[in-house]
Amino acid sequence: MADFGFSISKPQSIDTNDMDVGRLQALEAKVPSFKRCINCGACTATCSAGQFGSFNIRRIHNLYRWDQRKGLEKELQQCMLCGKCTLVCPRGVNLRYLIIRLRKALADNK
Amino acid sequence: MKEREKPVHGDDNPKPREVKRRLKATKRISRRKRLEFEEVELPLQVAIIGGGVAGMEAASVLAEHRCPVILFEARPELGVNVKNKYKIFPDFSDAGRLVETMTKAMDHPLITVNKDTEIIEIIREPDAYTLLDNKGVPHTVPAVLLASGYEPFDAKRKEELGFGIYEGVINSLQLEDMLREHKVLNSLGEDPRRIVFLQCVGSRDEKVGNHYCSKICCITAVKQAIEVKRQLPDTEVYVFYMDLRLWGQGYEELYREAQEQYNVRFVRGRISEAASTFDGRVQIKSEDTLLGQPLKMVTDLLVLMIGMEASPGTRKLGKTCGLEGPYGFVRSKSPHLEDNLSDKPGFFLAGTCKRPMHIAEAVNDGRAAALEIIKYLRK
Repeated sequence: MADFGFSISKPQSIDTNDMDVGRLQALEAKVPSFKRCINCGACTATCSAGQFGSFNIRRIHNLYRWDQRKGLEKELQQCMLCGKCTLVCPRGVNLRYLIIRLRKALADNK
Repeated sequence: MKEREKPVHGDDNPKPREVKRRLKATKRISRRKRLEFEEVELPLQVAIIGGGVAGMEAASVLAEHRCPVILFEARPELGVNVKNKYKIFPDFSDAGRLVETMTKAMDHPLITVNKDTEIIEIIREPDAYTLLDNKGVPHTVPAVLLASGYEPFDAKRKEELGFGIYEGVINSLQLEDMLREHKVLNSLGEDPRRIVFLQCVGSRDEKVGNHYCSKICCITAVKQAIEVKRQLPDTEVYVFYMDLRLWGQGYEELYREAQEQYNVRFVRGRISEAASTFDGRVQIKSEDTLLGQPLKMVTDLLVLMIGMEASPGTRKLGKTCGLEGPYGFVRSKSPHLEDNLSDKPGFFLAGTCKRPMHIAEAVNDGRAAALEIIKYLRK
């Protein structure tokens, strides 16, 4: 392609038509309570790792819903698995286990 | 409301001053016969404008309490808005059967049903009202119940969503028809791979002049999404919402069931526009506002959850009677203890002519209005 001396940045919007729903379904099969999430953000509010860094567990699992996996594995390393998120969740989502399964799924699906 | 100019009373229509006289006479007769006033049949009919669920319930309660009723319905059938539904939330009971039961109750010696009859004018008389129907027949009555209802929002007014332009864009009533026929198909006549619901079409939208929430669409979408998944388990279902307002008993539980048992996916964000794809599907644009990222999606069907607006009859009669409230609905005397009353004595209100309501609410409101009318006539 001709070099015009500038480039066009990639569109920021999520193209859901490229996503593989199977990956989300596999995670939901392992952690069925994940389907009940109502995005209240209590997990993120209580998160110890989130108090000191950029870690946002609600954002991470929402990105995963749309199959946006880039950078998630590294981000998830900030979690210390203290499990406070699981304690505060009003919908009984087993977040601690979700994080463990997410880490595994991301490691397996590189 | 018009004050009386010239008499419109035929031979079989009581003159206004006779209305009060007849009521008084009945009271006297009951006393003479040592009967409670409540036990004697009233000599005059109460007029009910609108044969929906609110009007029908009011008619049946009034008839049970020995008040003769004349019911006017502009359409050829009673209870059409509810009858057109398939199963109703939150218990998935049969809408058709509900209307059938209510319509059967209209088969009462004290109830006269006038279908295809629209009330075009209401004249206020001393102690009475004279209603003029579209056939030019006057009806003078001691009390009127306005139950002229709502109409579904016309989604063509939201042009950017492509309703009436793209075949893949339908409204929630059309989906209800498809569900009833067990034929939920895309524009090519195939099983849809994906269905997207969009909430708040015609509600909470300044652009169409409606600031209010229609309050039944959230739960309707949840119900319809579940019904779609029951009929087509392999179809992906998304619901795009601004807020989910699942306020009624059992609603939140149904939402949870939709997520957990039926894999319905809820996305917070309003769809800004829809466009056709070359293969007859619909491409939508929205934002996942929980992520702060725009997204696009192709779907077989885009279902617009249309809200409730005042029906043309409600708008017209509300204006004629000087009872116009916000957004063309009619205004009750006060929202707490006098919600079935208007500021005109003898003129009562019930159901969705006042504001959006779900079926049970409208039925209850009709029943409550009937008791207010009995109280008024038997005083």
